[in-house]
Amino acid sequence: MTTRYIGKPLKRKEDPRLIQGISHYVDDLNLAGMHYAAFLRSPHAHANIRSVDLSKARHASGVVLALSGADIDGAIQPVPCAAQIPDMKSAARPVLARDRVRFVGEAVAVVVASDRYAARDALDLIEVDYEPLTPIVNPEKAIAKGATPLHAGHKDNVAFKWELEGGDLKAAFKSADKVIRQRLVNQRLIPVPIETRGVIADYQPGEGQLTVWSATQIPHLLRTQIASMLNFPETLVRVVAPEVGGGFGSKLNVYPEEALVAYLAIQLGKPVKWSESRRENFQATIHGRDQIDDVEVAVKRDGSILGLRCHVIADLGAYYQLLTPLIPTLTGLMMTGCYKIPAARMEITGVFTNKMATDAYRGAGRPEATYLIERVMDLVAAELKKDPVEVRRKNFPQPNDFPYATPTGLIYDSGDYEKALDMALKVADYKKLRQEQAKLRKEGRYMGIGVSTYVEICGMGPSSAMPAGGWESATVRVEPTGRVSVMTGSSPHGQGQETTFAQMGADVLGIDPSQFQVVHGDTSIVPYGIGTFGSRATAVGGTAVYKSLLKVKEKLAHIAAHLVGSDPERMVFADGKISAKESPKKSVAFGQAVSAAYVAKTLPADMEPGLEATTFFEPSNFTYPFGTHICVVEIDREIGDVKLVRYVAVDDCGNVLNPLLVEGQVQGGIVQSVGQALFEEAVYDEQGQLITGELMDYALPHASDLCWIETARTVTPTPVNPLGVKGVGEAGTIGATPALAGAVADALAPFGVHHVDMPFKREKIWQLMRKSSGRVQ
Amino acid sequence: MGVEIQLHVNGKQHHGTVEPRLLLVHYLRDVLGLTGTHIGCETSICGACTVLLDGKAVKSCTLLAVQASGSEITTIEGLASSQKGAGNGAAANGALHAVQEGFWEKHGLQCGYCTPGMILAAVDLLQRNKNPNEGQIRSALSGNLCRCTGYQHIIEAVQYAAKKMSARKPLKMSASAGRTP
Repeated sequence: MTTRYIGKPLKRKEDPRLIQGISHYVDDLNLAGMHYAAFLRSPHAHANIRSVDLSKARHASGVVLALSGADIDGAIQPVPCAAQIPDMKSAARPVLARDRVRFVGEAVAVVVASDRYAARDALDLIEVDYEPLTPIVNPEKAIAKGATPLHAGHKDNVAFKWELEGGDLKAAFKSADKVIRQRLVNQRLIPVPIETRGVIADYQPGEGQLTVWSATQIPHLLRTQIASMLNFPETLVRVVAPEVGGGFGSKLNVYPEEALVAYLAIQLGKPVKWSESRRENFQATIHGRDQIDDVEVAVKRDGSILGLRCHVIADLGAYYQLLTPLIPTLTGLMMTGCYKIPAARMEITGVFTNKMATDAYRGAGRPEATYLIERVMDLVAAELKKDPVEVRRKNFPQPNDFPYATPTGLIYDSGDYEKALDMALKVADYKKLRQEQAKLRKEGRYMGIGVSTYVEICGMGPSSAMPAGGWESATVRVEPTGRVSVMTGSSPHGQGQETTFAQMGADVLGIDPSQFQVVHGDTSIVPYGIGTFGSRATAVGGTAVYKSLLKVKEKLAHIAAHLVGSDPERMVFADGKISAKESPKKSVAFGQAVSAAYVAKTLPADMEPGLEATTFFEPSNFTYPFGTHICVVEIDREIGDVKLVRYVAVDDCGNVLNPLLVEGQVQGGIVQSVGQALFEEAVYDEQGQLITGELMDYALPHASDLCWIETARTVTPTPVNPLGVKGVGEAGTIGATPALAGAVADALAPFGVHHVDMPFKREKIWQLMRKSSGRVQ
Repeated sequence: MGVEIQLHVNGKQHHGTVEPRLLLVHYLRDVLGLTGTHIGCETSICGACTVLLDGKAVKSCTLLAVQASGSEITTIEGLASSQKGAGNGAAANGALHAVQEGFWEKHGLQCGYCTPGMILAAVDLLQRNKNPNEGQIRSALSGNLCRCTGYQHIIEAVQYAAKKMSARKPLKMSASAGRTP
């Protein structure tokens, strides 16, 4: 296969409709007779519901239906949780609260009206009699002796305990020259896709057909779950994910509103739309991170890491969403990062609190792992008075160590960590940066340099290790006109697979990318698939497409060989023609061979007509992209402001289908990390009120907060799939936070500070400098 | 309790009676069906709802439709045609405004949700400053949030458009063209 398009920075096929505002996100769709749902949500973090009085709301102008939890009792199953951990306690989220609310924003009632303003007005007429209970907000207090359990039938607020151990930990700590301990807080974040969630449901009673449009990353899994939750035949449910305005994991879930809006449409026989407000999105769409990690590391004086031990308190919130308990376990699997650490142990205590559930937010458990191990490397370097780069280099596995088995039970596929590190050091001119830092310190200016060498677990993943299947599907159908439809089970929402899959198809079939239409996000068109998350769409979904393309190609080779009188093995696909190697005269136009497959008069004997192939690709392992990020900050001595000065990212995601799109993923991921490091923090007060409940109070990175991001790549293909691609969707978010944290700690080293918890807000930094200003070295 | 309003949207006159509380963004989306203007936060922070009102970028989620009465509005659907001072709705021939072109060329969008607002904010900047530097672009776009791109490709997109626009004769920009003050 000649690669004319693979690896090239093609402009996206998706873009013309998006830049002209003529594409359709859920809220842009309108059906005749549309009605609008609005939810009344609990203002209390913890309360008993004594009564819900809907009578006034039901009589309000435009209102056609108003329901409380009692009205739908038994009709809709609670939100499903696919993650299973031995002995984990149940904590299913009801679609509408019945007797008790357990977080601010939990839905208590729903109103449907003929327009969205009327629906919203009617919420004010609902009277709920709450009996407030003491909220449990702090996860450590939640599991302290005597704390009241959130859920009836539980003896405490421990959701589960999970342990993982590998290697001889006792020996590691016994033979250590030093043991370093640190508590790290990975704060709660809010994903904030710029499009909030939204659902439209339409029920056609004659056909019995239920159609649900939802801003989701997982249309097929959602279809199965809506059918289960409503006890409705799955064959009659169609789920469509139209244009989806970002997800970052927050739309990799099944939400009460998705089942409830479908239920309302069935009850009313009218289409119903619900558009989430930003406040609802903050309160009632999943949050991310929220771990307290107490880590201990055993090291030799030369910087070798012997063992790592960590206890994690994972604040899960009040209920499980789809993957809630699973996320912190990914931190455990990746806790040794890109280092040869012979022994490791993690214990996780999952804890219930009166908050929204945590779940998969971009990186999902792995940013926490990278943060943990990279902070450890910096602390080791500081303790041993070594350069953080050298401590890292000392502990890398070498390229010939791959496949490399970690003590946590993973097999890293391929890697050359030193190569990426060296490239980053060169691009950043690390030596010069250190000289500059020394010079500035003498002038009383506080510049810091942070280094993060990361590895991540991607291409999710082998089904044996996934809660609900880790394979992906693809159908390639060459239509009679020679145009090619690619139906992928992946559900891109910004990642650009309409383009990259077309590039791949163009190279395999020797035709132009414009001949391809990549179709996704419609369960009535696309074969059952898993969806887009966990940096899997190209590594797993793309491989399924590739395999289907090869099947179609093979059939075309047989047809063309039959037509020109040659051997199928000798047929070459290029420039819209299929030709025999031995003679340019033995050639047919691509369209001619396609036509033969459908007209079916000149096919080889025993060949079926048609030109379509489907693959369900099951990956044999995860993939493990890696890289080095270097960040330079300067801290303003007067006000504590952390200014990004430089950012260098060298990422290795294996082979690359489209470097422009890879670049976009890396930059976007890094900036989400900048958000966590500098600004973002979901804050619940002591009463369980989410006081960062709007974009006015929850600070996202703006264009003006950033410096230019310098990127470069090394290429270490994976043996896990034939494309050699690893995945890049989460790399930036997984790799970058420790570089930022390292830079801030490094800048503050003259103040005797070696670790600061994120976010690095001005006041916090200023206080630290102020407290230790007498000790400035 | 309806209030009569009249607006010029993408070069076309619209009359109607609306509730006084109707937001401009809902008028554009739900009444006129111009759904390219998106809603992201309802608090003026994210900028997804940015449109040009009498040529200037405004956030249509915190303006009432009645406040916009008598104004000229350009939404993303009308941007390309406003460039030539004619037409209504998305340019049928697929012609793009230089800023739209820049976003396509430089991969200035991923999910596309913030894009219409981001493009119109950039158009506003380029009307005021034909050759903005990186810092000026960052500052001008700081009222618009993008969660996908990290902004860098957006900055390159605006630089591309600035270059392209200065290479040809000055544009008669958008809605204010042809209006008597």
